[in-house]
Amino acid sequence: MSAPMVDVRGVHKSYGPLKVLRGVDLQVRPGEVTVIIGPSGSGKSTLLRTINHLEKIDRGYVTVDGEFIGYRRSGNRLYELRERDILRQRVNIGFVFQHFNLFPHLTVRQNVTEAPLSAQGRPRDQVEALADELLEQVGLADKADAYPRQLSGGQQQRVAIARALALRPKVVLFDEPTSALDPELVGEVLEVMKALARSGTTMIVVTHEIGFAREVADTVVFMDAGRIIEHGPPSEVLDNPRHERTRAFLGKVL
Amino acid sequence: MTAPAAIEAPAESAGSLTVVKARHPGRWIAGAVVLVLLAMAVNALITNPAWDWPVVGAYLFHPSVVQAVLFTVELTALGIGLGFLLGTVLALMRLSRVPLLASVAWGYVWLFRSVPLILQLLFWYNLAALYKYISFGVPFGPAFFSVESMDLIGPVTAAALGLALHQAAYAAEIVRGGFLSVDPGQMEAAAALGIPRARQIFRIQLPQAMRTIVPAAGNEIIGLVKGTSVVYVMALPELFYQVQVIYNRNGRVIAMLLVAAIWYLLLTTVLSVAQYYVERRFGRGQARALPPTPVQRLRRVLAARLAARRRAAEGGGEAR
Repeated sequence: MSAPMVDVRGVHKSYGPLKVLRGVDLQVRPGEVTVIIGPSGSGKSTLLRTINHLEKIDRGYVTVDGEFIGYRRSGNRLYELRERDILRQRVNIGFVFQHFNLFPHLTVRQNVTEAPLSAQGRPRDQVEALADELLEQVGLADKADAYPRQLSGGQQQRVAIARALALRPKVVLFDEPTSALDPELVGEVLEVMKALARSGTTMIVVTHEIGFAREVADTVVFMDAGRIIEHGPPSEVLDNPRHERTRAFLGKVL
Repeated sequence: MTAPAAIEAPAESAGSLTVVKARHPGRWIAGAVVLVLLAMAVNALITNPAWDWPVVGAYLFHPSVVQAVLFTVELTALGIGLGFLLGTVLALMRLSRVPLLASVAWGYVWLFRSVPLILQLLFWYNLAALYKYISFGVPFGPAFFSVESMDLIGPVTAAALGLALHQAAYAAEIVRGGFLSVDPGQMEAAAALGIPRARQIFRIQLPQAMRTIVPAAGNEIIGLVKGTSVVYVMALPELFYQVQVIYNRNGRVIAMLLVAAIWYLLLTTVLSVAQYYVERRFGRGQARALPPTPVQRLRRVLAARLAARRRAAEGGGEAR
């Protein structure tokens, strides 16, 4: 059995009195696609955001490719990292937001090249070639010089995916990537994500697209009230759920 | 089921119908009234000899007046340049996660916004009386060298410093407002991409903040052009002080005030036009396409007129 690419152990997180995560364990092997489903408020997005330390955790730990996220381990102690070092770790973790969060004052190409240039310091000509290649891959080669507001939601999200991939991350996290899209635009984004999954990218996807989960996921995780209730291959979790709560949820969304 | 009869194919083709534009007599009447009022105002300005236009003409480009205009421009540039530089630093302090920095920035804004500018200027002007020497060295320790305040801070420096420090307090709030107007998702995306902190501020946040900062900053700059006139209390030869000197000598009060007014108008006009183009620069990516500038619009209208006339000439009056 290979070492997990992402390893989440006993993670707790509260906002004041509200307990959002109550002891979550999750292992994702390299090249695997994990889809997290569950009702809103179940902690799915928060869990995703702890993996790249956009949210600080109260207890437990997260490692990506064996490296502690947000901490440096020395013996049995975890030393909190400074912001600069956390930023350096995030380069290995791509993140795609529900609302795209493209930089509106930069062109599509500049959106894609910004982080490889400033965070990784890679040479410009190499980064620009990579950007063109990635935009081609998401079907937007002709939009490189457009500004984000000139694109449809589906196109913007595909740019956001290219932007995340430009860092050559070890894992890409998707936080409800199609929830802000008009129904007819969902398909084009899911197609890009499916192609990505087939190419062997390690992905963790929070989504309500059960069809996508069934087709692409290696593992489906069902969360409720800050805990993982059930996880396994789609054929088990989606088609033969063992838990009453999973059945109730699937009954509502299918 | 059959379609309702009303939707049966129209009798004429679309080309045979003529559109008659709606008439707006009210608009024409309102326009005429405003035009008459405007003509009356201009007439009152030109024909009344009390305005002393020949004297205005004689002094408008008088060397001492031009010099005073340049000094006014210099004071404005120093006040705005240093003011916004310090203001940006204060805004970043205020937004930082270090409580001490945030409180100090808040205190600065509180102090410099609370005391009237004219009072602040007089304090700086009299600094030499308060502190005879200014020393450079270890804080609370030995001084390496010291200079007389009078030599270091003359009246011009005092004026520029006073304007800049006062301006910084307002600039800090304007810049802070600009940063607050940027969608928090932008910072999150920049952080998730691992973009270094300074780069996040200057490449991602500030250009977007500028959209809110520029209109307010334009107000401040134009305000300061005229605001420099308060330094006349320090007997510095800026525009307002200079025209006072001249009318005390020749007695042409109204004419000289007009000279000053015309110059302030001119400076403000230049700045207003500049602001329009700066706003366009930071508007990139905001609209689907930038609207044409007034110059471009004028050129387009003229070109259309010219083309129409040429067509009319070629068509030999065939057109209706």
